[in-house]
Parts: sequence; structure tokens; C-alpha cells
Amino acid sequence: MSKEENTANRPDNTAFTQQRLPAWQPMLSAGIVIPGFVIIGVAFIGIGVALFVTSQNIQVLEIDYTGIETNSSCFKCKNTSVKNCNCTINFSRDKLFKGPVFVYYGLSNYFQNYRQYGASKDATQLTGDLSDLGDPSYCKEPCETCCPYRKDANDKPIVPCGSIANSMFNDTFKLFQIVNSSNVAVPLDGKGIAWWTDYNIKYRNPPTNPLKNAFNDTVKPIFWPRPAYELDPTNPANNGFINQDFLVWMRRSALPNFTKLYRRITEGEYAKGLPAGDYALVIGYNYPVVEFDGRKKVVFSNVSWMGGKNLFLGIVYLVIGSLCVVMSIVMLIVYAKFKFPDEE
Amino acid sequence: MSQRQRADSTGSLGPDDEVMPYSDDETDDELDASSEGEPEEPPEHQPGAQPPVDTRASDLGWSVKSNDRAYHQLPEFQRKVFLFIKKSKYSGNGIKTYKYNALTFIPLNLFEQFKRVANLYFLGLLILQIIPAITTLPWYTTLVPLVLVLTITAVKDLADDLARHRMDKEINNRKTEVLLDGGFQETKWMDMQVGDVVRLKKNDFVPADILMLSSSNPNSLCYVETAELDGETNLKFKFALKITDEKLQQEHQLAQFEAMIDCEEPNNRLDKFTGTMQWSRHSYPVDLDNILLRGCKIRNTDVCHGLVIFAGADTKIMRNGGKTRFKRTTIDILMNYMVYAIFALLILVALGLAIGHGFWYKHIGSLAWYLYDGKTYGSLYRGFLSFWGYIIVLNTMVPISLYVSVEIIRLGQSKFINWDLQMYYAEKDTPAKARTTTLNEQLGQIEYIFTDKTGTLTQNIMAFKKCNIGGKTYGNPMTAKGVPLDRGKPVDFGWNPYADPKFEFMDHSLVACIRSQQDQETLEFFKLLSLCHTVMVEHKEGELVYQAASPDEGALVTAARNFGFVFLNRTQDTITIKELDHEATYQVLALLDFNSDRKRMSVILKFPDGRIRLYCKGADTVIYERLSPHSLHQETTQTSLDIFANETLRTLCLCYKDISQAEWDAWSRKHTAASIATRDRDAALDQVYEQIENDLLMIGASAIEDKLQDGVPEAIANLAKADIKIWVLTGDKKETAENIGFSCQLLTDNMKIHYGEDVNEKLRVRQALRRNVAPTFGNKKKPAEPFFPEAGKNALVITGGWLNEILYEKKKKRRRLRLRRLGRRTLPASPTDGQPINDFEKEMRQVDFVDMACECEAVICCRVTPKQKANVVSLVKKYKKAVTLSIGDGANDVNMIKTADIGVGISGQEGMQAVMSSDYAFAQFRYLERLLLVHGRWSYIRMCKFLRYFFFKNFAFTLVHFWFSFFNGFSAQVAYEDWFITLYNVCYSSFPVLLVGLMDQDVNDKLSLKFPKLYIPGQKGELFNFKKFFISLFHGIFVSLIIFFIPYGAFLQTMGQDGEAPSDYQSFAVVTASSLIITVNLQISLETSYWTFVNCFAVLCSMAIYFGIMFDIHSAGIHVIFPAYFTFTGTASNALRQPYLWLTIILTVGISLLPVICLQFLSATIWPSVGDKVQRNRKKYEMEAEEEKRPPTFQRGGGSRRSGYAFSHSRGYADLISSGRSIRRRPTVAGGARNSIREGENI
Repeated sequence: MSKEENTANRPDNTAFTQQRLPAWQPMLSAGIVIPGFVIIGVAFIGIGVALFVTSQNIQVLEIDYTGIETNSSCFKCKNTSVKNCNCTINFSRDKLFKGPVFVYYGLSNYFQNYRQYGASKDATQLTGDLSDLGDPSYCKEPCETCCPYRKDANDKPIVPCGSIANSMFNDTFKLFQIVNSSNVAVPLDGKGIAWWTDYNIKYRNPPTNPLKNAFNDTVKPIFWPRPAYELDPTNPANNGFINQDFLVWMRRSALPNFTKLYRRITEGEYAKGLPAGDYALVIGYNYPVVEFDGRKKVVFSNVSWMGGKNLFLGIVYLVIGSLCVVMSIVMLIVYAKFKFPDEE
Repeated sequence: MSQRQRADSTGSLGPDDEVMPYSDDETDDELDASSEGEPEEPPEHQPGAQPPVDTRASDLGWSVKSNDRAYHQLPEFQRKVFLFIKKSKYSGNGIKTYKYNALTFIPLNLFEQFKRVANLYFLGLLILQIIPAITTLPWYTTLVPLVLVLTITAVKDLADDLARHRMDKEINNRKTEVLLDGGFQETKWMDMQVGDVVRLKKNDFVPADILMLSSSNPNSLCYVETAELDGETNLKFKFALKITDEKLQQEHQLAQFEAMIDCEEPNNRLDKFTGTMQWSRHSYPVDLDNILLRGCKIRNTDVCHGLVIFAGADTKIMRNGGKTRFKRTTIDILMNYMVYAIFALLILVALGLAIGHGFWYKHIGSLAWYLYDGKTYGSLYRGFLSFWGYIIVLNTMVPISLYVSVEIIRLGQSKFINWDLQMYYAEKDTPAKARTTTLNEQLGQIEYIFTDKTGTLTQNIMAFKKCNIGGKTYGNPMTAKGVPLDRGKPVDFGWNPYADPKFEFMDHSLVACIRSQQDQETLEFFKLLSLCHTVMVEHKEGELVYQAASPDEGALVTAARNFGFVFLNRTQDTITIKELDHEATYQVLALLDFNSDRKRMSVILKFPDGRIRLYCKGADTVIYERLSPHSLHQETTQTSLDIFANETLRTLCLCYKDISQAEWDAWSRKHTAASIATRDRDAALDQVYEQIENDLLMIGASAIEDKLQDGVPEAIANLAKADIKIWVLTGDKKETAENIGFSCQLLTDNMKIHYGEDVNEKLRVRQALRRNVAPTFGNKKKPAEPFFPEAGKNALVITGGWLNEILYEKKKKRRRLRLRRLGRRTLPASPTDGQPINDFEKEMRQVDFVDMACECEAVICCRVTPKQKANVVSLVKKYKKAVTLSIGDGANDVNMIKTADIGVGISGQEGMQAVMSSDYAFAQFRYLERLLLVHGRWSYIRMCKFLRYFFFKNFAFTLVHFWFSFFNGFSAQVAYEDWFITLYNVCYSSFPVLLVGLMDQDVNDKLSLKFPKLYIPGQKGELFNFKKFFISLFHGIFVSLIIFFIPYGAFLQTMGQDGEAPSDYQSFAVVTASSLIITVNLQISLETSYWTFVNCFAVLCSMAIYFGIMFDIHSAGIHVIFPAYFTFTGTASNALRQPYLWLTIILTVGISLLPVICLQFLSATIWPSVGDKVQRNRKKYEMEAEEEKRPPTFQRGGGSRRSGYAFSHSRGYADLISSGRSIRRRPTVAGGARNSIREGENI
């Protein structure tokens, strides 16, 4: 019998089969953990300070215009029966509001993250594909996505369908600087406020030209004053499914209190910011929030490298960083006390 | 029978230690059935006796007709199988162990898989997800993982089943010659049928249970090797009935053979067979000695013929296979409970959230006009829908891939066991084999090991090691001049043409002494060895082959052969040996055979010169009583006997006596008279033997080593250090077992050894005490006081008979039987009586026994039947709730191997039974140490780590939805993207933890073996239990809290760097998901203690895969193709270019990990475990291990005096030798030879 036959069943002698793979066996030893905590602590404190300071330097102006208080100028618009209600809110800045300044609208107690609400849209439709609207089976089956805003009472398909689109925010804002008691309009730039991917990829208009024809035999969402192809009367390109305001609204928020970008102030002398002075904000009050105890606000803010103002992150960084340093001292003491005897 | 009778008459002394208790395999039903017609048994009937052989055919339901296949298909033998399909009750000889065939695989396998609760649960979930009203997650989140899990399991099952198919095929296609159409034809085993006449050749395996008809050997004998049945390699013989042997030698005779065999129905008892053969109007009794059992191997017999009685599944060996118990590990059971716990938690959480939704909807949701969904459900119904929605959303709490991951890990562990070179036995080319892949981590939790002795601890090889002749000890390494050597060089036996080359001896002076022929005593010594034995010899191609009933005898005769006294031949009354240079033939006047009571055997020879001499060899204790006062060397021999015994050698004293012709004549008459006595013949013979075996003259003593396997004492010592208790369960005799106990260091001299009487007494006292104390109900069980209050180590040596006595196993049935016969109840025993009153007491007594045994350092049970072995194992399992392991090599161990939590078979030998029913198999006992301390420990640690982490990561993952619920109106909105949920368990987090489960090592194998204490946490189940589970749960809750609330804080009020879309849901989902992935991957990195490049790769890969897949799913291209399924277009790129969100992720990860590191460090510093300490000094120990080798041999401390006489097994073939013809007369000589041989079978 040859030697090979004798050892036919012999397992392979490799590092893997013998579980001898070269390995690094790190341990949470004092020499690593304690200095590690100090370093992490110091780094966190550093980041925290940077965040905190940056955040402190960001200027924010929030104006609640829900009109709950009776002395608010928007109080009169609170009642939903009042149509095309305008109200004006005056405010003044005593120093330059550094630009670029962004204008946001904010809603609170508004559950855009509600599951059924979030699901209530038709992703295919919003890519500009309206072909199956003519299909008689459309909406015959129990409503899947756009329920309950899929067809109107006359059984005509709603475009764009679904709850999100239907509940699109429709307050309007105009900002005037009061210079010598005359209103100078501050130009608000509504271009490019939505994500590039939303504008260019996720949402497309039907290729039909003019756009209006694509919407034949459809109706506008019930809540909307104008059909989708007439959302922005001033700019024909800003209509349909790629209307910037529509895109911003369709990107639903994570939390029930949220702000969404409305306009940028980037033009003319206001590009550098809002100079000190008195301002008037003219609000076209359309959006009802009072009945569900919501709030509406307008926010003016500038941004830094880290975005808008938020003290939370900076403070947490500082706290955790300090805790790390404290814990490293505690660990050092404990280690000194309970040091392993080298011999067992 | 003498010892038996004595035991009967002195029943109160307890059972006889020498007797193997009668096998208990019959069930109560069998007992009931057989008891009806039986004559009443004497009440004191001892377990040693056999029930009368009942050969009446009336109640024997199995009839076999030779050479008539059609007969067995007759309608009266048909039995209903299914509805109207009937089948003969006689099985074919094919065996089928596989489960599936090509057609049934998919349905059956799916059915089996869906029997698992987890799979069924996910199926139910899938159905829920299809219901539109409650679907909160798309169907693919469950379907993709479920299909993956099912596929992996199916593939594994398929591979297993294919292996079984191959195995079956191999066995079923073995060939044997079967008499068909008047001639013998090669036939596959599977085509054989009951009633076929077969021809078996030398070295064939017996294909079925066969009634032997004739043999080419004289005396109609056929030798078989039963290794596959009981692991013993010494030969047994079977014989045909005289009538058939004479008349059925030729093919044509066999072809015309027409007989009817009526016998018992197939059963599992290897030691019992009764039947009758009807042939030409005569009836002949048939019993086990005529039956060749399937699995035996024909030896030393050219050809034999037989008739198939039981085939295939009816054979005794198959019946003995028993049902394969489905074994589950404690972790498995624990894991199931945890899954149930999680399930309960899931329902609770979902219920809570559903209630939350009801309230929220009533107070907030119903007012929000934008949430109007066109439905008029009330808040209660909405809550109900929300409940199911949350069941779906939170389903990932029950980890879908848990079971399949566990299986993968176990499979890997098994492979590592198979691959381990250090458990590969090169000599037999046998690697270790994990035969099951489901029990690995249990190997790290063993508390009790039950081991067989023969073939497991020992090699079952006896070697002549030393001797003392005329007061001079030989055997230590020495030159021919008598100068001691440090390292021996084996003696060259080249001068002796008959020398057995395998024999090794180190002492050259002994050979020199013999060859010089100076010392008469030395010559006499070896002459005795070559003459006084019952070994049979066979001349095979010029070689001498000895067949010995016991290996000891074989060793002695072989030693004599090498030293020049070659046993050449024997006839019924002569022995021929070669004495150095000349042959001499001695006339055997009498052979006074060994039995366990006499502990000696003698032969009375008439020398060629007419002298009559008695040679005797036996245990020192009996020989010294019978020595002549004039005998020389008594002192010196005694001293060396002590030394031998302390070296755990098995000793025999050799002596002789010259007998005058007159003396012989007188004794011979008595002998003849005794040997034809009709009553108590054995006792009479013993008495006669006693009269001649006296005034002996000492020649010397021999010392035989019952060779332990390599490394057994070291392995046992190391396992003992790991707090593993080792019990030896053996069919061997007490002395032999005890001897081995000492030689493998299980017993030591400072132990107090307790025997059956002692144990029984203690138990009786304990029981009486309990009976005297009035039973108080509801009292707490106070810790039992120890049985051995004295300090010091204790050991228990107990025989099977005593076990029966103590545990009332047999007695229960017998008592019941007796009660029924007597028609009345026995009076309640008096309080001091040892008899139990009721089942409770019986149980308490068993508990007491187990408690007592567990107090001892070592327990040896000898003379136990396979059934008892299993009973002992199950007792410990039952009352100690301990994890048990059985290791054995023979069919007699199968029962215990199957009973224990883990069964280990010793492979590489011929016997396959133990291996076939074992869970792990390897070639050497010492590998057990590595299997447990290295593989078991690693497997346990890995599995625990894996499970802890797995539960953690699923909690951390799932509970984020829970926190999110409070901010989305409890609307079952998920916190992540659907695709992330689908792939999380499958792709993003499973590889690193799988690798940890497969490859992690806290310390390497050398240190694991060096510090057996590291094994203890496994026994206590410290690494995974409900406490650890809840820690994982809380860890998961903590991390999920951080992962939700840190991004929550960050998103509450912020804008992006460029001012746009600051806080949308999709960015939030990406931030939480990224934080989660980084956290769990870093967490597993923290838990990995053995970082190979593979681990590193897996961790980095998991994160890379996550980001890769995320960017793909969020890419433009995929959205264009499936706009409805991939809605996160551009989120990843938009969100992850914000430094602010990266800072959020870093902070989240930091807060999730830092406290864990801190706590781990503090607890390891303040309460370091043994493992921590070893790990801390790992480098140092590894350096040390490099330098030092293991101590080469260990020394036993000397001191006590033990008798370790050698006759390891049984009576020899004396009856067979001296009365070849008497075999045929056996039916009239009940008992006698048959019993003696059976005793020798050493169950």
C-alpha cells in the first residue's frame, strides 16, 4: 500500500482548516481604552465647540402666523370660510441679516410621516406616465395607492392623485422692506429649491406639448385651486409635476414638526442679506391648520457649513465628550485599584 | 452455576458481583405474555438466572420455510400497511435509511421545514403582508429572506440525504451467494429473502440473521467476529445442529432442504433466540448458538451454509438500532424559549402601539383633514388594523435568519472537527467525524462523561510486560548481562522461527537466561504458559494463529511462543509444544477450567516420561491460599506482585504440583463421578477441583499490561480539572474495571472506594430516615446532607447486580408478577426495610443514588448490561439535569450513546454499530479532551456570542420603528427604507457575525487545553441564558433609542448646507440606517476577539455593501425602470453630502458604542473571569507553551496493595476442547458450556 493510500482520509493541513489563521487578538486593555476615551472625548468636545459656535452665529427669525392670538393680524384668516384672505406681519431687524437668506414655511403637529398618507401617491404617474389613465380598469380595483384621491365624484381621474398632492401647502408669502414707509419688494427666488434628483429624475412631466393636453379628461386635486399645469402662472416651465413648490411638498417630512424651503433671497442688493430695517410679510392665508391644532410659521434663516441652526448636536457632542473624559478618569482609578495580579 | 446458587441461598447478602445481570430488554407486555404459561418462579429468583427456555411453537409467531419464497407471501402473513395495501410481514433484506426520493423531496422537505414554528411564522407573516388593509411592508421584505432560508436548509437536507442514499446503496449491493433454482448464485443483499439458503465464505459479513446449517469446519463450528455487534475482536463460535451439519453439506442437499422453522417474532435481544426446526417429521430445538447474526464476520471457516430467518429491518442488529432520538442542545431549547419570549414581546408591543394608534386617531388623526382616507372606520377598528400592521413591521424582532445562521455555524463547526489534524489517527487513517451537525455547542457544556472501558479506554490489547521467576523480576529494560538500561531496545527474537513479530520485550537478560537453559525455573515458567491454557491454534499458511477466549491468555501464550516454548497443536487430550529445540507432546489428563469463582485454571498433564504434573495459574489471592508451605520465593514473589499491581499490571501466579499415579487415579474417579452428576454439577466439579489444587509450588508471576490507549490518563486528568465527572460503565468484572480505574488515574490511592453493600446500606439508612420523618407538605427542599461527610475523596465501584438491587429495576416487574400470581398485595414493608413502598420512594431512592454518586470523584459501574448503561445515563440526565456524554466503541454501548445528550463512538475499529449511532466519532479516547476542551468550548463560546449579538442586532434594528411610532401617529410607518429592511439581516449585518460564530477564539487551542478551568463557564451555561438574553435585549433597546433620538434631535430643527430640503423622511431613514449599520458592524468588531483578515474583510465588506447597494437603489437608473419600487431616488447622495448628517451619524455611533466599551472594561477589571485572566496573559502563556513540553509520563504514587489478577474475560474454550462431542449433547446438558460462553461474551 502506498503512503498516499494510507493517509487518504488525512485532513488538509492548512491554516484555515486547523483554525490557525494568522490573527490579531486585540483586547480592551487599559492601555487602549483609557487613552482612547481621552482622545475621543477631546475630539468630541472639539466638534461640539465648533458646532455650538457655528450654530450660535446663525441668524434665525421665526414668525408664527397661524393667527391663534386675537391680536394677530392673521386672526381674521383663521376661519376657513374666508377665501383669499391676506394678512400682513411686520417685523424689524436692527442689524444685517446676513445672506444668503432662506425663507421657509413651517408646519407643526402635521403628520406628513403618517404611513397611509405617505403611501397615497402614484409613483408611476409622477414620472409623467399618464398612459393608464385612459385604461378603464384604472381605479376599478380597490384603491391601492392614491386612495381616496384617485377619482372625483364624476369618476374622472385626479392628476396628480393621492393625499400628499391633494394636501399641498398653498399659502403664499411676499416680503417687503419698508423703506421710508414705502414697500420695496424683496425678490424671492423660487428656482432650484427642490432636490436636483427630484426635479430631473424622480418627477417628470408628460412629454405632451402643450402640457395641458396631457391632462385632458382628468381633474385637478380636490383641494387645489388650479390644475397642475397652471401651478405657476408666472413661469410656464415651472408647472406640472416638476413645479418646485410641488416637489418640495412631495418630499415628505420625517417628523410632525417641520419646515420646508419656500424661497431664497438671492437677488440684487438682498443677496448679501436683509439689511437692518422694517419689513412687512404679506401672507396669502389659504392653508387650514387650526382644526387639527396645527401651527404655521415662516422662518428666515441663513446657513453655515453645517446647515441651519441647531444647538442640539453641539450640546450633545460637548456632553458626550466631557463624559468620555470623566469616564476615562473613573476607569483609570478603577484600573489602579483592581489591577490584575500578573500571576494567577 | 455454583456462584449463582450461592447467591440464591445467601440472598440477603446482595447480588453477586461476578454475574452480569440478566438483560432487561423485555417490556412489561412481553413479561405479561410470557408469564401466563410459565411455571411459577421461585420468589427469590435472582437477576442472574435465565427464564426457562420455552421452545413450544404454539406461541412463537414467526415461521420460516426454507427454499420457499412464495410461502412467505401467503395471505396469513400479510399485514395491512395502508388502507388496502397489504404487505408481507417478512421484511426484505434491503435497508432504507434515506428520507426523500426525487419526487418526494420538495413537498416532504417543505413540509418538514414548515413544521418549524419560525418558518410557519414567517409564512403567516407573508400572508398578512398580502392583505391590503394591513400591509405595512411590501411582501418582498419577508419573501426574500424566507426563500433564502428555505433554500439553504433544503440544500443541506439534500446533501445529508444523498449521503444516506449512497450508504444504503453500498450496503444493499453487497453480494452473497444464495441458493436459487437449485444452485448458488451471487445475489445482492437487498434481493435476499427470508427462507433463502445462503453460502457464506471466510471474511464475509453475515447479511441477515441466519440459522446455521452446516460448516466446512469439523465439529460443525463456525467462528465469527462480533466486532460490529459488541466491539470485541476475540472470536466467538457458533455451530450448526448435528443433523443439519451431517446432511446438508452439498449443494443438492441444500437445494432439497425443506424445513419449517418456528421461532419468536423479531426482537432486539442479541442474547436470546428460541425456536424449533421441523424437518422430516422431527422437531429440533434451535437457539442463539445456531444463529449467525447480521453484522458478524465469518472467520477461520472456509464455507458455511445457513437459512435466513430474519432479514433487513427484522434483524436483531437493526432492531437494536432503536429509534434515533432527536437530540437537541440546551441552547436550542433556550433559543426556542427566547423566540417565544420575543414573540410575546412583539404581541405586547404591537398591542400597545395599536392602542396608541386608537387614541391618537380619536384625538388627533380624525381631526386632520389631510389624513382623510375615505374610510369610515372607528378608532377601535383602526387600532385593530394597526395591531396587525405593527406585527408585520416589528416582525424582524424574531430574527428570520436565526435558525439558518445557527445551522450554518454548526455545519462549519462540524467541518472544523472533521478537519482537525490533531484528532486524526494516522495509524488507522481515521479522521474525527462529526456525524451530526446540530450539537456542537453542547460539547462545551458537558458535565458528565460515561465511558465504556474495553476498546475505549483500553486498546483491548494485552501485552506480556514483566514476570517474576524464582524471585527474580524480569521486564525492565536490561541488557543480556543484566545491566539496567534507561531506554529499552526490543529484544530480537530472530533466533526463533515461530516468534510473533508484534511481540516486544525489553529485557535482554531473560532471553539470555532461557537460551542458556541454565535456570530450570525459567524454563518451567514458560512451559507452563505454553501448556496451561485453553487457547486454540490454527496453522494458516505456515503461520500460527492463536484463538484465545481472553486476550490475557493469548498474551501469555504468545509470550511463551516468543521465548521458545511454542504451543503447536492440541487434540482433545494432547498438547504439542516446541520446547526451544525439540517438540514434545503431553497428554492432557484433565483441564480444570477457569471460572470467575475459582479465579484460577489448572491442567493436569502426563509428561512423555510418565510423570504427572499439575500446572496452575490464577489470581494471587487464591493461589497463595493453596501454596505448599515449602514453596520457595513466596516473599519475593509477593513483593513483585505488589509492584506489578501498583503499576496496574494484571498479574497471575504460576505454580505447579507433581502428582503421583495413585493420587491421580483416586482423584480421577471422583472427577468422573462429579462430571456426570445430574444435579449441581458445577458445584460438584468445583469441589473436586479444590481437592487437587493444593500444596502448590510457586514458579513465579506474570504481569500483563492491559494497554491503555495513548494519553488516556492525561486526558482524564485534564477533563477532571474542567469539572467534568467521568463514570466508567463496563461489562467487565469488578477487578478488571477497578484495575483500569487505577491505571487511568480515575481512582487514586487516597480515595475511599465504596462498594455495593456500602452504598446500599447508606441508601437504606437515608430512606428509613426519610420515612421516619413525617411528610410535611409544601416544605422547601432543604439541601440534602452529604452521604460522605468525612473529608477526602470518594469513589464508587458498583456492579450491575447491585444497581438492580438499588434501583429496583428488575424487581418492580418481578414483584408485580409475583403479586398478581399471589393475588394479593404485599404488606407494607417495615420502615427499616430497604424495599420501597411506592413509586415515590423508588424515585427518591434513585435520586439518593444519583446524589451519592455525584458526590464521588469517580464512579465505576461494572458488570452492567447495555440497558443498565443507558439507565444510569438517563438517571443522571433526569435527576441532575446535567449535560451528559457517552463514549463507547461497541454495540453494547449503542444504547447509552443514544441516551446521552451527546454520543461519541470510537471509530477505526471493525465495529461500526457505536459509530453509526453516535453523534461524533473518532479513533482515540484522548481526542475527547480536544473535542470538549477545544472544539466544544469554542463552539459554545461562538454560538453564545453569535446568539447574543444576533438578538441584539435585531432589537437595535427593529425597535427604532417603535420609537418612531410616537412621532408618526402610531401609523406603522417604518423608519427605514423597505429595501433596507429586506436586506438588513441577509446582507448588511450577517457576515461578520457568522464569521465570529465560525472562527472566533478567545484563546487558542493550546491554552484551552492548558487551562481546563476555562471550560467551566460552559457547564454553568454562563455565556447564554435568560440573563444574557435580557442584557442583549436592553442593549438593543438602548442602541435603538440612540439611533432614533440622536437623528431626531438633529432633524428637529435644521436646514441643509445649501438650505434645501432639510428634514425629509427619506434622509432621516438614510441617517438612521447608516448609523445602525455602522454601529452593529463596529459592535461585532468589538466582540470579535480573533481578528483574521477574513473578519476584517467581512466587516468592511458589510459596510461597503450597504453603501454600495444603497447608492444603487437610490440611483436614477433603477428608479426609471421600477418607479414604484425604488422611491428613494437620490436620497443617499443628497443626504450623505451634508457634513451635518455625517456628524449626526458619528455621534450616534459613538454614543451607541462608548458606554458598552466602558462597561466591558470596568466589569473585566473589577470582576475578571478566568477567561479574562488567561486572555490578559495570553502572550506570556503562549511563550511558555512554546518552551515547555508536556510532562512525558506521569508517575503513579505507590502504596496500597491491590490484586489485579488477569483473566480478563471469561472461561476459556475448555469445554469445547475437552468435549468436542459434548457440544452435540448440549440440549441435555442445560446450562454448562452455553452459559459459560455467554458469560464470555462480555456484553
